[in-house]
Order: sequence, then structure tokens, then C-alpha cells
Amino acid sequence: MSQYDVVIIGGGPGGYNAAIRAGQLGLKAAIIEMRETLGGTCLNVGCMPSKALLHASELYEAANREFEHLGIEVSPRLNLPQMMGQKDESVAALTKGVDFLMKKNKVERLLGRGRIAGPGRVEVDGADGKTVTLEARNIVIATGSEPSGLPGVAVDGDRIVDSTGALSLSEVPKTMIVIGAGIIGLELGSVWRRLGAEVTMIEYLDRICPGMDAEVAKTFQRILTKQGVNFRLGSKVTGAKAGKSRVDLTVEPAAGGAAETLSADRVLLAIGRRPYTTGLGLETVGIVPDARGFIETDHFRTSAAGVWAVGDVIHGPMLAHKAEEDGVACIELIAGKAGHVDYNLVPSVVYTTPEVAWVGRNEEQLKTEGRSYKAGKFPFAANSRAKINHETDGFVKVLADAATDEILGVHILGPQAGELIGEYCVAMAFRAASEDIARVCHPHPTRSEAGRQAAMGVEGWTMQA
Amino acid sequence: MADIMTPALGESVSEATVARWTKKPGESVRKDEILVELETDKVSLEVAAPADGVLESISAEEGATVEPGAVLGRVREGAAASTPAAAPAPSAPKVAKPAPAAPAPAPAAAASAAPVLAPSAQRIATEGRLDPAAIAGTGKGGRVTKADALAALEARAAAPPPAPAPAAPREAHAREERIRMTRLRQTIARRLKEAQQTAAMLTTFNEVDMSAVMALRNTYKDAFEKTHGVKLGFMGFFVRACIHALKSVPEVNAEIDGQDLIYKNHYDIGVAVGTERGLVVPVVRDADLLSLAGIEKAIGDLGKKARDGALALDDLQGGTFTISNGGVYGSLMSTPILNAPQSGILGMHKIQERPVAVNGQVVIRPMMYLALSYDHRIVDGQGAVTFLVRVKEAIEDPQRLLLDI
Repeated sequence: MSQYDVVIIGGGPGGYNAAIRAGQLGLKAAIIEMRETLGGTCLNVGCMPSKALLHASELYEAANREFEHLGIEVSPRLNLPQMMGQKDESVAALTKGVDFLMKKNKVERLLGRGRIAGPGRVEVDGADGKTVTLEARNIVIATGSEPSGLPGVAVDGDRIVDSTGALSLSEVPKTMIVIGAGIIGLELGSVWRRLGAEVTMIEYLDRICPGMDAEVAKTFQRILTKQGVNFRLGSKVTGAKAGKSRVDLTVEPAAGGAAETLSADRVLLAIGRRPYTTGLGLETVGIVPDARGFIETDHFRTSAAGVWAVGDVIHGPMLAHKAEEDGVACIELIAGKAGHVDYNLVPSVVYTTPEVAWVGRNEEQLKTEGRSYKAGKFPFAANSRAKINHETDGFVKVLADAATDEILGVHILGPQAGELIGEYCVAMAFRAASEDIARVCHPHPTRSEAGRQAAMGVEGWTMQA
Repeated sequence: MADIMTPALGESVSEATVARWTKKPGESVRKDEILVELETDKVSLEVAAPADGVLESISAEEGATVEPGAVLGRVREGAAASTPAAAPAPSAPKVAKPAPAAPAPAPAAAASAAPVLAPSAQRIATEGRLDPAAIAGTGKGGRVTKADALAALEARAAAPPPAPAPAAPREAHAREERIRMTRLRQTIARRLKEAQQTAAMLTTFNEVDMSAVMALRNTYKDAFEKTHGVKLGFMGFFVRACIHALKSVPEVNAEIDGQDLIYKNHYDIGVAVGTERGLVVPVVRDADLLSLAGIEKAIGDLGKKARDGALALDDLQGGTFTISNGGVYGSLMSTPILNAPQSGILGMHKIQERPVAVNGQVVIRPMMYLALSYDHRIVDGQGAVTFLVRVKEAIEDPQRLLLDI
């Protein structure tokens, strides 16, 4: 029986980053993953493949809709197998990269289903049928999450798909219905709309993207509608019938009422994700997940001694970079150091066009908390670079404490939002004031200047509008 | 690591200037050894080392302004003198809850390095003429955030306003020498102007024949000193005489406060003492309850403390009447200035032998001119004159003090 300082169950961003950190800190570590490739949902069926398709489809759309105006005359043709092929190649390269990082940090990698078999013991059921037992001073649960199901809508992987299926459709559907107008649904819906599908989003709430600042969400929805996305808000899907070539959905108003049927070639179910702890053996150490399946933790410690949990399987934003933070902090605590995650500074990004990104509080949260704040806003239409690039949709909004000017939240709807938000994560980590951003030199001409102008706007001295 | 703290400075004193450090960072210090001298409006203060060790760092340099409770510097306990350490590695801070902001910053050893200010904080410090080193930083690693700078600005606004921005000084030529006024002198200057501008100040004069007191003194000075262990001077007599006069003319022992007159039923007599740094007026408390010996002793003690720079704030506050003696410097006659918010001050002068007329004869007597400057808003002419007459009577015939008439 092999002895380890830490055994990590799950090889996604939470797990593999925990493994890297453990190796760096000199801990004897093992990582167990049932998928052949490491990287979890993110690398294999989440972040990375979706971004590959978003990038390719964005260029395809630009070729179709923008090139002529720029003086480039082409007639683009879609080679979907090639688009999928290049995506798969990139993903494979990335997963090999994680293998390399495991070797580099001397982490032992086991292929199979990991299961807690009692305090300090983990069993791995290998693909070859053999079971290996590991002794571990610490066990880290990093098993992540899976797409949530919806009663009445059975995902068959063909006509009705979840996010994994939507990443590898064999042909562009003529019509597509996305159930759930959250981040995943909007991103994947955008991909297929750009490639030629007519996309309709059905959402239970009367707004898209809960968690996003309401003003940003409204503007975002208007922009997507202009792009050709159809929205049915305040609606719920109560049943789905998948035929040979189409799906019929029964749709009602969310509050109840007359039902109607909406049909499409393909349906994507993207109403959220739930923690994955099936067959994990939690009961052998007395851990009981809560009603929604999450494991309760206190600074990553579960109720069982020596058992920790990170990532999507515990509370907090279900994001890869949050899982990475969790994993690193957890290992640092195991190693007797100070591990800490400031959840207020975990940014969120929607990788559509325009992108949306935010960090910190939004206006609704500040109002609920009763916190006095000032806001500065600047439209990309007034940003030189965005104007030159013909990407003028959106704005930057900076929220700051009314008395001290400390930045409380930043919201960006526009080009490169996901990259631009990094500046504000750093600024907020140092408790910067909006004036500090306003007084830092930003290069010209860049979109980042829009953030600086918005920061100026907090105290009323925006210069470029 | 032990902090060197600014002590409480006394009521209504909100800041002090760092006048002098006796040690440099890296030098060893002993517990209770004086490390730094502070100056306030009223007194100088010395701050001692809190422990044996090495002066690790100075947070408030000479010339800096500090508030009670501010950290002046740090002493690294125990170790022998060595080069001052860089930022001490913070011990692993306790992990804070995930939701609120980052964990408390490690103690800023920015004492030895320049303080780090956010750009907005730098602007505020420059525009508001704040001393960056004196702003407490609550940001990461002790950095000064905009909020910190705004708070420092507010705290300063609540404190008494500083001197108005001086006009750019002209260059000092070889025939001139420009020296900054000490804080004490600046304060004295300010208070003198205030006194003059507030009160309707007049001076009335009289003269007193000192021969009776001098004869009394010659007869009993040895016995007095033997019995009481303190020399018999003139001040005791004058203090007693003044109290006698104050009881006769109570307005002189009163004070104007807005639209009210505050008559004081206690007699705290300030006795002006000249020191190297300027004039200070320590107060003999409840002088009416003290014997002559008690008064002499109190004056002696206060005088010594004044010359040693050891007066406490309590020694200087709350007097009801002041006596000033210009005679020790040779002044024959002068118009003393009121010690605000008091309403009267007695000026004593040089005892000079002069020919005077007594019972139609010309005789030589040791005479002293007395001056009473008074606030005419409270004290009328008759009261002022009467006061001096009472003092004169008591000095010229000390038996009156015995009989209280």
C-alpha cells in the first residue's frame, strides 16, 4: 500500500493545480482521474473547446459580416469537421501539457475512479479492472460538477444535448433552442448562430445571466437580439419530445398558464451545473452533501478529519479559475502555510461577442447591502480604438464607495472584456480608489482607456466624452 | 518589536513636533533611556525607550508632526546593535473568512523605507500639505490608500488650524541669519496677539515702599529658613498681598466667557519664570490656602522645574491671576501684557532707593513701582486703582495681612 501526503481525487483545474502546488511544496502527492486525459471538464468538455469554437466562429462571422466593409472580399465556406478537428487538436495538446506538469512536479497520476474507503484511505478502480489502495494523510476531493438535468427533458446526446454534446455536433442545425440563458447557453448559442443556426433562448427568469449587473444584462440582451438571437424570457419548459429530425418542447409562462409547443432541430439544455460526488464513498467518512449536492467546508476542510474539498464540488462561483484558487489555497493550508481565497475578487467572464466581464459587487448587490456608492460609465463608442475596430457595442462601469472612493466593482461589456478585467482584479486587491485608476497612464490607443475614462467618471471628470 | 509611542499630550493639545532624536537607527538603547524629544504648544516632552535593544526604525523624523498614540519608531528588543533589518517577514497570518477583504497587512516596516502612497493619496497629501510619513496606512502591506489620506485630512481639519502658508522667504544675505521660531515661541507670539486683540487692556501704576517688608525679612529670615527649610523671599508677601487685593476687587480674579462673567472662588496664582526657551507661567494652586512658607516652597519648586524643562501641562493650566517680576532684569516700570483669559496681571519691578517725602521730610526709601494691567471690560478704573492700593497697603504694613484688613 503506498503512502502519500495528499491524494487528490479529480484531475480538473482544482485537482491538477492542487497537485502542482503540492509538488512545489515538497508534498508526496497522487492525482486520480477517471478520464484518460487530465484537465477535467474545463480542458476536455468545457472552457477550452468552447473557446476554440467561439474563436473560430467569431472569425467566420467576421468574414461573413465585416470583411466587405473593411475592403476584404471573400465568400467564406464552413468546413465543420475541420473546425472540430482543430479544436480537438488544441485540447489534446493542452491535456498533454497537464501530463507534463504532473511529471515535472513529481505527482503520481492514476487512471481510474477514485473512491474514499475510510479515513486516510483511497481506492482506485482502474480501467484494467484492478483496484489499488492508497494511504493518504490528506485527501482532497476535486471531483467537480456535471450539467444539471431538467425533469421532462431527457438528454439523449443526439437531438437533445447538454454542453458536452453541443461542442461536437456533426452538422450546423437549421434551428436550435437553448434552454437556459446563462453563460454556457449564451456562449454555445452564439457559436451555432454564427455558424448559421437560428437560435432561440428560453429562460425561466425575466432577465438573462443572473449574477450579472442588471444594466449590463439588459444592454447585452439588446445587442444579442440585434445579432439575431431570439429570446423567450419568463418561460419554463415542462416537457420535451425528441423525434427523428426535430424536438418538440412544451413551453409555459414561468408563473404558469397556457402551454405552447416550440420546435427545433436540436435542443441544448444548459440550466446550470451540479456537484459530482457519485460513487465517491463520502459515507465512509461521514460526509453528507447538502440538498443541492455541495460539500460543506470551512476553509476547504470538510467535516471529516484529513478530508478537504475544492472547486465546483463546494460552494462559490463554479469557475475554473476559482477552482484553481481553491486548489492552491487548500494545499498551502495542508502544508501549514497561509492559504486564502478572496471570493469577492474572483472575476466572471462571458466569452461572447461582445465579451462581458466583471469583478466585485454590482449595483443591485450594493443597494441590497445599503452601501453608498458612485458610478462612472464610459461607452466603447467613444473609445478611439474600439471605433477604429468597428467594435463599439458596450461600456465600462466602475462602482466606487461614495465616501472613500474605493473601487467596489467593475463591469465591462465590450471587446476584450475578459482581458481588461485583470487590471481591476489587481487594483481591487490593493484596495485602489477609482481615482488611482484615473491617474495611472494607460497606453493609447487601447480599449483599456475606456476603463480609465469610466474611473474618471466616478468623480465626474471623464475627459473623452 | 516594541513601538515607541507618542504619549498623551494633555487636554486640548492635539499634536506635537518631533524636535530631536537622540539615537540613530541601528544604535543600541536601554530601557527608559530618552530617545526622542517632542515639543508642544506648552511644554517639551521626552519619550523613553520602552525596552532594552536596538533602535530599529524611525517613523517620525525630526520636524514631523505627530498625534498622541502615533508610533514614533520601533525598538527591536534584546539584540545588540546591527544594521537595521528590511521589512520583517510576516508570520503566516490567520486565514480570514473567504467573503470579506484580504487579511490584515503585516506590520509596515515602511518606517525605514519611504511610505507607499496610492496615486490618489499622494495627490491628497500634496494638496493638503500632509506629511506622508504621518498618515496611517491600512492598505496591503501598510500602503496608504485614498481613504487613509482622506481620514488624515479630516483629522487635521478637526485639530487647531496650522499657521497660514508662509510667503516665500527672501534669501538670507550674509548680513542676516534666518532661524525658524521654536514651537514654544510661535505659541507665545500667537497668544500675546490674541490677548491684546481680545481684552480692552489698560495699565495703572502705583509705588510701594519696601522698607517694612525688608526689615521683617532681615529680622526673621534665619529663623524662617531654619523652621521651614525654605528661604524667605519677597514673592510670598506679594502673593499674599495680591490675594488680599483680589478678595477686595473680585473682578480682577474673574474671566469673560462669551456674554458671561465667571467669578472664581479659588486663587491659582501664576508666577512668571524666564527660561532659556522663553517665558513660562507655572501656577501655585490654591495659594490662599498656603502659608507664606508654602507659597515660597511652591514657587521654588516650580521655578526649578521650569529651568529644567520639566514642567507638566497641569502646572501651566488654569491660573486665575498672574504676577510678573521685571525687576530681576532691571526694569523700573513697564506695562505687562495679560495672560489670557485672565483679567489682571501684576507687574513688579526693581527695588530702587529713591528720595521720597514722608511727613514733610525727604528720606531715602527702597521703592518699587507696581503696575496692574487689567481688562477694562470687566475691571473698572476704580477697581484697578483700588487693587493696587490694597497691595501697597499690605506690603507697606504687613500687619494688615495678619489682621486681614
